[in-house]
Amino acid sequence: MEFSSSVKDGVVVVALDGELDEKSAGQTREFLDKTIRANCHRLILDFKKVAFMDSTGIGVLLGRYKKLTQAGAELCVTNLNSQIDKVFRISGLYQIIKAV
Amino acid sequence: MKLTNHVKINLPAVVGNEGFARAAVAAFCTPLSPSLEEINDIKTAVSEAVTNVIAHAYPERSGEAEVEVAIYDDKVITITVTDEGIGFADVNQAKKPFYTTKSAEEHSGMGFTIMEAFMDELEVRSEPGRGTRVTMRKAIKQHA
Repeated sequence: MEFSSSVKDGVVVVALDGELDEKSAGQTREFLDKTIRANCHRLILDFKKVAFMDSTGIGVLLGRYKKLTQAGAELCVTNLNSQIDKVFRISGLYQIIKAV
Repeated sequence: MKLTNHVKINLPAVVGNEGFARAAVAAFCTPLSPSLEEINDIKTAVSEAVTNVIAHAYPERSGEAEVEVAIYDDKVITITVTDEGIGFADVNQAKKPFYTTKSAEEHSGMGFTIMEAFMDELEVRSEPGRGTRVTMRKAIKQHA
């Protein structure tokens, strides 16, 4: 997984590039946690270059959601492909993570 | 139903092999001309089943995941993922959404729910100390 990020007015956008599964979960978790520490009130994950995500990715997102919520911030996602959209719909992730 | 093609792949249960397994199964199913959604469903379900083996089956030793794909009548795909790991006693509990024995490691507990939703049929058999067998079926609806 590769990452690029930008910050503007407390909104952090992280673009992910790769597949979010058991192999990439650890490094994704680590990168996002570093980003969350950097005083943001909204984290937007851009999935435009993520071709695949399974339930390991759900775990990663739920973990970040909890941390952000505890810090009074919110987690959003954007540019989900149809496979990842289906994982979100089946798992109910859209109920707590907003697509923008 | 007539068996028209099949393949068996044995993989060490190590992180990273879930990606190979889903790509290999998807490639094997490609001649059936599945839709993009069908092939993504298959890839997702295989990834879940193999990840379960990698994450849970062999906590104290190395082991393998066996992935067997059988195609019947050129349209029905049966995927069986088997391990000889620690297994578990209560299959119904393990299949419940958000049930996980590894919440501290941020496992979502959604693996079986995803497999069930993305495939037509799911059967899970497990025995403590003997291992687990997950069998999934999907009929390919769209032929080019």
